[in-house]
Amino acid sequence: MSLNKLTIADARDLLKKGEVTSVQLTEACLSAIESADALNAFVHKTPEIALERAKAADARIAQGDAPSMCGIPVGIKDLFCTEGVPSQAASNILKGFKPEYESTVTTQLRDAGAVMLGKLNMDEFAMGSSNESTCYGAAVNPWRREGETTPLTPGGSSGGSAAAVAADLCLGATGTDTGGSIRQPAAFTGTVGIKPTYGRCSRWGIVAYASSLDQAGPMTKSVRDAAIMLQAMAGHDAKDSTSADIAVPDFEAALTGDIRGQKIGIPREYRVDGMPADIAKLWEDGTAMLKDAGATIVDISLPHTKYALPTYYVIAPAEASSNLARYDGVRYGHRASLSSGEGINDLYEKTRAEGFGPEVQRRIMVGTFVLSAGFYDAYYNRARKVRALIKRDFEQAFEAGVDAILAPTTPSAAWGLGEMKDANPVEMYLQDVFTVTLNLAGLPGVAVPAGLDAKGLPLGLQLIGKPWGEAELLNTALVLEQAAGFVSKPAKWW
Amino acid sequence: MLDLSFEAPKPKVIAGATGDWELVIGMEIHAQISTQAKLFSGASTTFGAEPNSNVAFVDAAMPGMLPVVNEFCLEQAVRTGLGLKAAINLRSAFDRKNYFYPDNPQGYQISQLYHPIVGEGEVLVEMGPGVARVVRIERIHVEQDAGKSIHDMDPNMSFIDLNRTGVPLMEIVSRPDIRGPEEAAAYVGKLRQILRYLGTCDGNMQNGNLRADVNVSVCRPGQYEKYQETQDFSHLGTRCEIKNMNSMRFIQQAIDYEARRQIAILEDGGKVDQETRLYDPDKGETRSMRSKEEAQDYRYFPDPDLLPLEIEQGWVDDIAATMPELPDAKKTRFMEGFGLTDYDASVLTAEVENADFFEAVVAVGEDGKLAANWVINELFGRLKKEGQEIGESPVSPAQLGGVIKLIKSGDISGKIAKDLFEILWTEGGEPAAIVEERGMKQVTDTGAIEKAVDEIIAANPAQVEKAQQNPKLAGWFVGQVMKSTGGKANPAAVNALVMAKLGL
Repeated sequence: MSLNKLTIADARDLLKKGEVTSVQLTEACLSAIESADALNAFVHKTPEIALERAKAADARIAQGDAPSMCGIPVGIKDLFCTEGVPSQAASNILKGFKPEYESTVTTQLRDAGAVMLGKLNMDEFAMGSSNESTCYGAAVNPWRREGETTPLTPGGSSGGSAAAVAADLCLGATGTDTGGSIRQPAAFTGTVGIKPTYGRCSRWGIVAYASSLDQAGPMTKSVRDAAIMLQAMAGHDAKDSTSADIAVPDFEAALTGDIRGQKIGIPREYRVDGMPADIAKLWEDGTAMLKDAGATIVDISLPHTKYALPTYYVIAPAEASSNLARYDGVRYGHRASLSSGEGINDLYEKTRAEGFGPEVQRRIMVGTFVLSAGFYDAYYNRARKVRALIKRDFEQAFEAGVDAILAPTTPSAAWGLGEMKDANPVEMYLQDVFTVTLNLAGLPGVAVPAGLDAKGLPLGLQLIGKPWGEAELLNTALVLEQAAGFVSKPAKWW
Repeated sequence: MLDLSFEAPKPKVIAGATGDWELVIGMEIHAQISTQAKLFSGASTTFGAEPNSNVAFVDAAMPGMLPVVNEFCLEQAVRTGLGLKAAINLRSAFDRKNYFYPDNPQGYQISQLYHPIVGEGEVLVEMGPGVARVVRIERIHVEQDAGKSIHDMDPNMSFIDLNRTGVPLMEIVSRPDIRGPEEAAAYVGKLRQILRYLGTCDGNMQNGNLRADVNVSVCRPGQYEKYQETQDFSHLGTRCEIKNMNSMRFIQQAIDYEARRQIAILEDGGKVDQETRLYDPDKGETRSMRSKEEAQDYRYFPDPDLLPLEIEQGWVDDIAATMPELPDAKKTRFMEGFGLTDYDASVLTAEVENADFFEAVVAVGEDGKLAANWVINELFGRLKKEGQEIGESPVSPAQLGGVIKLIKSGDISGKIAKDLFEILWTEGGEPAAIVEERGMKQVTDTGAIEKAVDEIIAANPAQVEKAQQNPKLAGWFVGQVMKSTGGKANPAAVNALVMAKLGL
């Protein structure tokens, strides 16, 4: 077996035993990356950095007492600022931008000994569900429909991360999730992705999309790997005022596989009209698996679910319109060239028109509109109130004794690249219908691959946990993973 | 018992062609918080540093950077609120004020629109003995300053200095309770005095550390009283805001000009447009900066990078427990405790350093009135002449107190005391020791004085005759005796003896 196909847990054990070196693992990944340009997952490759860190990791492992992530080759979403390495948020407006600082999450990974292989494709500024809205060109899903060669989306916005993990280009990858950007691509690629509780991972050094919703999380090949990688990423950071000063439990130690007595809620509002039969069946199967493992299944109601999508598409663009104001061509990134006689407003207008893609421009305009005088109360303020109600829905479910909630991750499997090109943007937004509620409520959620659809594409189930309950949530996810026995890998065509 | 009652000053009235007009003024004071570090970044706030040297990644709005509030700035805002007898809001929040400008790198200023940290308070503005205005404070909020754009260094380019970006400001918003240009200046002066006492703002207007936006409107007599009864602004005229004033003199000039401009418009049958204006001190006029229609939509919303600010009453109480004595209280104490006049007490409490110096003098000299005279007349006069600050005074409070002690005990006369003060200023030393060593002590030995008086009387029979006819001339003998004793005779004793010997 090629070393790049290992899970993080297996690689760690082999590294500890001295049976492989980080350099070997890293070289295997680098070689896999070199032959995977067709996936367009890695958009900035950093082989020198990777090998240097791999050597350092090997030295550290040799001394003993190395953390679990030590020597593990990972990919980093382009949204994370990495010192001296292009960090563009997949946007032309940040073309050539190399930060002089390293995000807290990637600093923690680096300090744990993880090896950065390069930067991963994504939707521009994390806005999108197909990784087609990117200055690098779309990332491609390693999965294909049975008997077809149509290139499929890996989902978004962390599409490059999902594709890279699914295609074994790395052992794990960082993602970020504002409305489903970790969980939806995980579902589309048969990988595991967890969005932690808001405040669990520092946002410092991650290019902001919507500050009150953004969270970093790992994307991995297994639930155990997610637990190991999240351990290294999580923790309080004084540089992020919204990061929580709460102890991080040992996530891997919590993976007992025992969920007897747990109460699993099935939210009736997620049973949307026109849900594909494959998805409905997957959900039923998942419910049965958890029941078989000793959990109690209860029907629950989250009555404000139907307002989640419009609420999200008011709050996220509002924050984005303000967060993205700093990309003005004055200090860094792209700056439009001006003709004589043109002034500062021309600089702003041209720079931003040239630098931002259409979806980013759309969200900036929507956000600007909903915050405008005269519309603020009708849109933004109302959305804030509804957000509180959505959060309350979950709180009531948990107060009633529910330990976790099971739902589909996405309303469909991956679709073909370009298939949504002419669709109304709202159709694309509907992809987030099962995922955005968690971001609005700040709750942790994990996507677990649980089966294939009729065309052989992976489908995911989503488990939603209590605030700060990632350890218990991952344990339930482990049970689902084991029961589903999802072992399929995409057939290599690239 | 000291009478502290006061009357409100008369509003400024401007006579127009169609009758009298009154002024209504409200102010927004931007006071830079005294602190080493910026509000959200930890970069230095030192004034006058090399351009763009006090800039953290947060200040330059680099991607992914996040603000973390500097707790000391909040403490300073709370301290200011307590100093203005204001309500402290235990829960407040930061909002973003969105606008594009190159010296505003984030594209938004972090401020507090919806929930300021300090609520309603008041400032007592004295306009003379027994005349004062209570100006109500509406709120104080904390916000970050913008950077500096420099447009006159190059014909084709503008330069940006981000050193000031993110420097903490308190915006102190008054109600429209100020009724004239002089009151406006006095209000700024009083606020500045309080802030300096509190140590929350150095009040340096020249450096822009204290700036004022002035809202001016005019109304007919009687209208303001209707507003006061109802708090309904429709009784008042349309206001114009004059931005960014950093001189007391210009504030007065600008208000006067602006009021007359509005009156001229109204008397012509026109309408005052609500707008933002700038004062041009060279031309002595205000001009339009932007109209209400052009006013930007700042799209304020709660800053999602910062959690709502929750402070504890205990923390506020701790700050309250360390509050210094403020100008009003100090002045009252000086008047009551030392019997000072309103004027002397005002002069001595204008700056806390002066008041502290004075009190240290009193502690040694044990005579408040005498100490006040000496500090205000001799010390301040000399400092002014030398262009020195009180902190640079060569004569220490203990030395000056020693002088006063010697005057009070009758060891030296006022005249000798001035000589002694000069010695202390130029040479230093311990006052009592100098007096002893240099034989400056006043002669109180009546035998010696009597001898001198007798000699002068004997030598000037003609003068004696004149003085006996006109007792006012007895002073000449006193002068002569003082002269012959080298000024060391006790003037009171000389006077008594001269009068007795002349039989007056």
